[in-house]
Amino acid sequence: MSQTRFSKDHEWVRLEGDVATIGITRHAAEQLGDVVFVELPEVGRSLSAHGEAAVVESVKAASDVFAPVSGEVLEVNVALTDDPAGVNADPEGAGWFFKLRIANRGEFDSLMQQAEYDALVKES
Amino acid sequence: MDATSALKRTPLYDLHVELGGKMVEFAGYALAVHYPSGIMKEHLHTRTAAGLFDVSHMGQRQLVGPDHATTARALEALTPGDIAGLGSGRMRYTMLLNAVGGMVDDLMVTRTAEDGRLGLVFNGARKAVDDAFVRARLPGVVDLLALEDRALLALQGPKAAAALGRHCPQAEALSFMAASPASFDGIACHISRSGYTGEDGFEISVAAADAQTVARALLAEPEVLPIGLGARDSLRLEAGLCLYGHDIDETTNPVEANLVWTIAKRRKIDQDFPAAATIMGQLFDGPSRRRVGLRLEGRAPAREGAQIASRDGQIIGRVTSGGFSPSLNAPIAMGYVTPAFAADGCELDIMVRGKALAARVAPLPFVPNRYKR
Repeated sequence: MSQTRFSKDHEWVRLEGDVATIGITRHAAEQLGDVVFVELPEVGRSLSAHGEAAVVESVKAASDVFAPVSGEVLEVNVALTDDPAGVNADPEGAGWFFKLRIANRGEFDSLMQQAEYDALVKES
Repeated sequence: MDATSALKRTPLYDLHVELGGKMVEFAGYALAVHYPSGIMKEHLHTRTAAGLFDVSHMGQRQLVGPDHATTARALEALTPGDIAGLGSGRMRYTMLLNAVGGMVDDLMVTRTAEDGRLGLVFNGARKAVDDAFVRARLPGVVDLLALEDRALLALQGPKAAAALGRHCPQAEALSFMAASPASFDGIACHISRSGYTGEDGFEISVAAADAQTVARALLAEPEVLPIGLGARDSLRLEAGLCLYGHDIDETTNPVEANLVWTIAKRRKIDQDFPAAATIMGQLFDGPSRRRVGLRLEGRAPAREGAQIASRDGQIIGRVTSGGFSPSLNAPIAMGYVTPAFAADGCELDIMVRGKALAARVAPLPFVPNRYKR
């Protein structure tokens, strides 16, 4: 069974075993607008929590995507390279960015639960 | 709560909010960067149908003198354009030049039907600078008036004439870069066939109190969607048009900016515009850098500030505007490069996040203009 948590940088993390799938939230995708390009990390790269992991570009601007948790990149969503608009179409599903083998379960546990994240979005 | 609440508002502010516009700061005003349809759709809609833009943040001014010759002479002292030769109801793109030939602003000049009056439109972010610059250099008989109680709307796109024509029958007969007083459903306004998208279109100057009525009537037309600043920027970039403060500024002159066409023949002969010796020298000997269009391979956009390198790794320029072209479905940019690399087709690299992205110099505009000649 998977659990989903959220970062203050508007990423979601879905954890199954020690594999975390990471993407940007629906709120983030709406704020960005039409995504035209996604730069994904290299498979095998080690990411540290809060470090730059990916870049997402809309017509207007580039935004960094940070790793919400540390870990090694296992897989990236290559479908986004050809169809970046997939991020807008299904940000919290088919529009995932990358999968990590997490290094530290505590980092995941310290992220926000859905209700807490929803409250953050409401405030902003 | 709202970061835009302290900003100036245009007469259409409430309408932007009602339409679901995402309000941001621009030139000191709260304006919509996009509406719920999003930049991509707004952009493409303007290219295929018609888009309504609120450009009321721009500085509408009148230069008022005793007769056309006197007023035109006063403006010619600050610009390289042929203002004296402007026919009644005709308009022209020009720029205010400082003592070294740098651009204080770029602007539209219209010779109005009233003798001795020139309509000017300044960039929103440059209004205060321009007002002071112009006033300090005007002869006593010519005055600069700010038309602060007016809104400015732009209706752009291949179906703009049809949509506007239903309310303002004079519109369709107007030719490109012509202007006229007009009536919009009985509301007095001033229209011009001009714009900032590369499409056929109009700008409509109307009293602030009537702006909502005009905007709502246009938005009720089936061809028209509201368009925000985001698509305004991507449209003008595709059209190869400069954005003040980015592609041109007080340190760039018209030769470097590839705007030599704005220097009138008579002015070149007379050499009577600001920094004429410098500008004419660069015209003959070539400038040290030149504005060019850039196409990138792949999908990654290069943004303003990205360095441009030769294939052997020397830095030879900088991107001044860059983004993604919805019409071409590819990244495009403008920037300045040293003249040896300015020829169409020249292969270059643009440095983005430490990586060299392959690019080449491309002719401007990126998307053909469709002005109504």
